[in-house]
Amino acid sequence: MNAVLKNVWLRNAVLVVIVAIAMAIVNGLAHGEFLTRQNIFTVLEQISYNCILGVGQTFVIITAGIDLSIGSLVAVSGVVMAQVANHVGFTGVGLVVVTLLAGLAVGALAGWVNALPVVKLNLPPFITTFAMLEVTLGLSYIFSGGQPVAVNNAIFSNIGTGAVFGLPVQVIWMVVVVAIASVLLMGTRFGRYVFAIGGNEEAARLAGVATGRVKTLVYVISGMCAAIVGFMYMARFSSGSPDTGTHDELLEAIAAVVVGGTSLMGGQGSILGTFFGALLIGLLYNVMNLTHVDSYLQKVVLGVVILLAVVLDELRKRYLARN
Amino acid sequence: MHGIGKSFPGVRALWDVSLSLYPGEVLALVGENGAGKSTLMKILAGALRADSGTISIDGTDVSIASPRDAESRGIGMIYQEFNLVPQLTALQNIVLGNEPVRGAFLDERGARERARAVLEELGIQLPLDRTAAHLSVAQQQLIEIVKALSKHARIIVMDEPTAALTEREIDALFALIAQLKAGGAGIIYISHRMEELPRVADRITVLRDGAVVETRPAAQFPPGDVIRAMVGRPLDAHFPALDPVAADTSVVLDVRDLVRAPAVNGVSFAVRAGEIVGLAGLIGAGRTEIVRAIAGADVPESGVIAIDGTQIRIHAPHDGIAAGIAFITEDRKRQGLVLGMTVRENMTLAHLAQFVNRDHLISRRREEESARRMIDELRVRTPSPEQLVRNLSGGTQQKVVLAKWLLGKARVFLFDEPTRGIDIGAKAEIYGLMKTLLEGGAAIVMVSSELPEVLGMSHRILVIRGGRIVAEFSREAVTPDAVIAAAAGAAA
Repeated sequence: MNAVLKNVWLRNAVLVVIVAIAMAIVNGLAHGEFLTRQNIFTVLEQISYNCILGVGQTFVIITAGIDLSIGSLVAVSGVVMAQVANHVGFTGVGLVVVTLLAGLAVGALAGWVNALPVVKLNLPPFITTFAMLEVTLGLSYIFSGGQPVAVNNAIFSNIGTGAVFGLPVQVIWMVVVVAIASVLLMGTRFGRYVFAIGGNEEAARLAGVATGRVKTLVYVISGMCAAIVGFMYMARFSSGSPDTGTHDELLEAIAAVVVGGTSLMGGQGSILGTFFGALLIGLLYNVMNLTHVDSYLQKVVLGVVILLAVVLDELRKRYLARN
Repeated sequence: MHGIGKSFPGVRALWDVSLSLYPGEVLALVGENGAGKSTLMKILAGALRADSGTISIDGTDVSIASPRDAESRGIGMIYQEFNLVPQLTALQNIVLGNEPVRGAFLDERGARERARAVLEELGIQLPLDRTAAHLSVAQQQLIEIVKALSKHARIIVMDEPTAALTEREIDALFALIAQLKAGGAGIIYISHRMEELPRVADRITVLRDGAVVETRPAAQFPPGDVIRAMVGRPLDAHFPALDPVAADTSVVLDVRDLVRAPAVNGVSFAVRAGEIVGLAGLIGAGRTEIVRAIAGADVPESGVIAIDGTQIRIHAPHDGIAAGIAFITEDRKRQGLVLGMTVRENMTLAHLAQFVNRDHLISRRREEESARRMIDELRVRTPSPEQLVRNLSGGTQQKVVLAKWLLGKARVFLFDEPTRGIDIGAKAEIYGLMKTLLEGGAAIVMVSSELPEVLGMSHRILVIRGGRIVAEFSREAVTPDAVIAAAAGAAA
């Protein structure tokens, strides 16, 4: 396990260095507002949603797939969970568990349906998950009547806005998801098969890998990550809204994955990379806000930085390949 | 080419290599994998730049900085792995990158005329409007040749052109080469098949470890000498002596009435412990499809497969593996390996369950132990188990594929073209390995388009045509002519 971790750290070394240097410069520019505990926690909270979405997406992208439905899945699972929370006869922890399980079931089911045509008919995941995006977006409006569904029980808002030792609960979610996903991807047979399928699906199949099962699981994981994010939003705002998750979330999650060094061609990538990718993007926004950069200009900068990060990563890979 | 030198980080690929090619001749370039043939030819084709040395054509020094430069100087490359776009038609492939235009539009008729002119000159036929994916390997090869000639190539490099061809197609190719020679073209011909050289080559140049060892007229360079020059030591026996299989030895693999239309149409045979059964036949005869159906790579429609007397059901490759079948595919890069993964990861891929601890995590340490053991046993030429397979030579890659299957406890080994495109030294090692497997009681089915290999490494030879077994020969009774005749349907 040690060697694996070392490898992961090495792969992300460039990103870490860039982030560190940028932070030092920026703290000066932002008159010391940047490197405060409060601000760091805020950034981590802000990135937690897209980071968790990105973690699920990382599995999919390493198999050379894509999941476009995650934003809508955040919305629909949030709405479903809000309705469940209002209508089941549980209280306290039991209510939270049942609600969360309902959301995870929605995410898993959607992921399974996403994978079905991909696995059985070899259809491109771009199409099947795009269809799922539309269907679940529509469903989230139907299930909510087009309005945010307010959650009556205060327990969710306590959970959703809480903190542990000052650390926002969203950050805890993120750390747990990143840790579990990292072990799953780097340490288990399933993770190895994810890489093998992305690298050469036919070779993996002929080596006895149950490629259909692995690919299905990858979309299920992505759907469940979306459901976790749906729960986090639902708890934080005490409501399930059909608007949540359907703006920039999809693209920023993919950006985090790509900036984190995962190849859209499949076969390469890491969970920690995605975390650092999300962190880079989050820090960038934060910095631009602290230094009062015009919000229209922020988008331009973000685009340029994403491209730069990927170009740098590619150059680094070529350099490593030559040595 | 004079004094060509080229280094890659950590390796000196070429040392002061000089060679000359005259109009109207075939220069055979031979050497083991890693000898530098490909690097030298890539320099000629502009895909790589030399560190030192000069290239001159018709007495004039030229600089070849890109494939486009090489093309404009009349150099045509026919790579071992075809550079065809499978979705485009034969014609579109021929003119690809060089399409005739009328104004802003493609000139379809001009393209057709250009291709027709070359085809006529060569006296060959090619369905120009069929997509490349639907053409036979031999026809795809022809596309590459026509493509090179339509650009008026005068120097043509052919890298292992016969690797995927059957005897009959090879004859046609050699006739074509003779015509090209008569037209004044110079041809550099790269091959691992010693037996072809006297037939096709005028002169033979042997490369070893990045340097020219010897160049001689082909007539004065018998295969034994060539091999000695290539490996630096005599290789007396190509094929190890196979122990005979007693008639009462138990049957390991029993195949009855195997059908998967249209390629496999009712095939029955049995293989005993310690026996190699060779499947001979033309390309498209159904040999590969037979072993694919046994391994579960394609699911058979009907038929019975039994291993050690127990009938097995195979719906997918993992069923075959669980039943003790190892399938070594013909196409290493597309089917055998995950090129972007390490030697270790490729070796353990088919039997990862062995390396999982009780906590469900893969034991990196045990993986490494096994990988290192296989690297030693098979003498895999890799700097470490962590090397990416992409960076290894063909023969070394094939050993990684073999290691992958040796880590399991397979009873039946299906070899599909086990030595395609790999050098003589590695070939001999693979044959030795097959013999070791036999001694351990394995049953082997081997598909091969190299007739000497089928004859030299099989106890029995089954000739396949139209998805059926049309003839069976024992090792003692077989002759090359009889196999060829049966494969082509001439003896029937």
